[in-house]
Amino acid sequence: MSRVGALARAEGTLLRRDPMALITAIGVPVIFVPLLAWSGIYDDNSGGLVAALIAVTILCSAYINLVTALVARRESHVLKRLQTGELRDSEILLGTAAPAIALTWGQSLVGGVLVVALIGALGGSDIPLAAVAVLLGTAVFVLLAIVSTAFTRTPELAQVTTLPGYLIPLFLSGVMFPLDAFPDWVQAVAPYSPLNPVVDLLTIALAGSRGPVLAPLAILVGWLVLSGFAARRWFRWDVRR
Amino acid sequence: MTETAAVEVSDLWRSYKGFDAVRGVSLTVRRGELFALLGTNGAGKTSALEVIEGLAPPTKGTVRVLGHDPMRERSKVRPHTAVMLQEGGLQAGLTVTETLRMWAGTLTRSRPIDEVMDLVDLRDRARVIVRQLSGGERRRLDLALAIVGKPEILFLDEPTAGLDPESRARTWLLVRELLASGVTVLMTTHHLHEAERLADRLAILHHGVVVREGTPTQVAAAHAHRVVFRTRRALPSLIGTVDVVGDTVTVTTTDVPATLAVLDAWEPGLEVSSRPATLEEAFLEIAAGVAA
Repeated sequence: MSRVGALARAEGTLLRRDPMALITAIGVPVIFVPLLAWSGIYDDNSGGLVAALIAVTILCSAYINLVTALVARRESHVLKRLQTGELRDSEILLGTAAPAIALTWGQSLVGGVLVVALIGALGGSDIPLAAVAVLLGTAVFVLLAIVSTAFTRTPELAQVTTLPGYLIPLFLSGVMFPLDAFPDWVQAVAPYSPLNPVVDLLTIALAGSRGPVLAPLAILVGWLVLSGFAARRWFRWDVRR
Repeated sequence: MTETAAVEVSDLWRSYKGFDAVRGVSLTVRRGELFALLGTNGAGKTSALEVIEGLAPPTKGTVRVLGHDPMRERSKVRPHTAVMLQEGGLQAGLTVTETLRMWAGTLTRSRPIDEVMDLVDLRDRARVIVRQLSGGERRRLDLALAIVGKPEILFLDEPTAGLDPESRARTWLLVRELLASGVTVLMTTHHLHEAERLADRLAILHHGVVVREGTPTQVAAAHAHRVVFRTRRALPSLIGTVDVVGDTVTVTTTDVPATLAVLDAWEPGLEVSSRPATLEEAFLEIAAGVAA
C-alpha cells in the first residue's frame, strides 16, 4: 500500500495546485446543498438531503474529477511512464483515483455533519448500510470514469463527454426532481440507473424510509461488474497512435 | 535463454492497423553491455523497444528479459529494469524533488534522491516545478527517474535528444559509469558518433528489419572502404563510386586491392590512403537503400 500511497500523495499535491479541479470537486456540491435545501423537496428530511449531497459529491468529486485527471495523465504519457515502473495497473489507477475518492468521502462526511448541525437529526442511523452504499457508489463511478476516458481525447473535452454520465444518473436518481414528475417509462427505468440505488440505500439508511435493500444492492453489484468489465476492455494507457 | 543474455528477442513483429512497424526482429543483448538500436525515424526502433520494455504486446514472436516475458511476468521483470521514455511522462505540476520522491516511493529499492539529483546535475533545480524546467532539464529528470531504482537493465529511448553538448557529454559519462558498475544498457539514438564510441554492439533497423548487427567496427567493415588521394589529372576507370572535391578524390569501393592496383599502374608512387567506412557512412548507405 505504501507504493500506492506514494502516487496518491503526489496526486493529492497536484489536486491542491489545480484550482479548476478543486472548484469542480468542492464548489459544485457546495452550491448544490443550499439549492436542494431551498427546493422544498427535503423539508424536514435531513437524511434525504444528506443522501442527495452524497450522490452529487460522488458525481462531481469522483466521476468528473477522475475522468479529467486520467485523460490528462494519459495525454501527457504519465500513465505510460508509471507502467514502466513496479506498480501494477490496478495500483496506478487506485493511486491516481485516491485523492478524488478521499475528497468524495471527506465531503460526504463533512456535508452530513453540517446538514445535521444546521437542519436537524437524521431520520435513520444505519451507518453500516450508508457506508456500503457510499463504497459501492464510489467504486461504480470510479469505474465509469475509467470507461469514460475511452471516448474522451483531451482533458478539455472531459467537460463535454462527462455530461451524459453526470446528468442522466443525476436526473434518474430523483435527487433533483421527484421521479413521479417523469413519464412512466422513465420511472420504470430509473431504479436500474447507477446512482438511483445509491440514493435508495442512503435514504433507507439515513432518512429511515422503508424499502427493499437487496434489490438496489444487487443493481449496484451489477453495475460494478459491468463497468469493471468495460473499464478492462476499453481503457487505454497511452495516446492512440 | 543463454546465461549471459539480458534480453533475447526472437522473430518479433509489431503491427498497427495493418502496418508492420517491426518485421521479424531477432537480437540478443548480453549482460553488462551497451547495445544500441539505430535507424532512421520510423525505422521501428521505439516500436520494438516498447515491446521489449513490456509496454506493448508483440503481434508475433517472443521477448525475454532476464529470462521472463516482460509483459506477462511484469512483476518479475520490473524490479530489475528501468525505462527512459522518448516522450515526457512527467507530472508538470510537481517539483523535481516531489517527482523523484513519488517515483522512488513506488520502487523496491532506490538511491537517495539527493544523490540522484547530483548525478544528473539537478540539485539546484530541486524545488522547481517540472513545467518550468527547460527541455534539457526535463530530459535529465527523465534519466534521474530511470536510475533512481538501481536497475540491472536500463532501456534508454533517445536519451540525449534535445540536450546541449555539455549535458550530452555528462549523460554519456553517467551511462559509462553505470556500465562500469555492471548495468546493461539497451538504447536507441540518432547520435551515431556516440553509438560508435560507446556501444559494445549495435543493430541497424531499416523499415522494421535488422539489416546489420555486430560491433561498430564489424558493421562499418561490412560497407565499402574509402580510398583517398589527390590529383588534378583525368582519372582512370575505377571500381566503385568516385567523389571529387577540389583535387581530393574519394573512391568508395568494396575491392580495395584492385583499386590500389589500378592507381599504382596509373600513377606509380601516388600517395594513397585507405580507411573503412565510418558507422555514419554505413548508416547513411543503409538508409539510402545501398547494399554493402
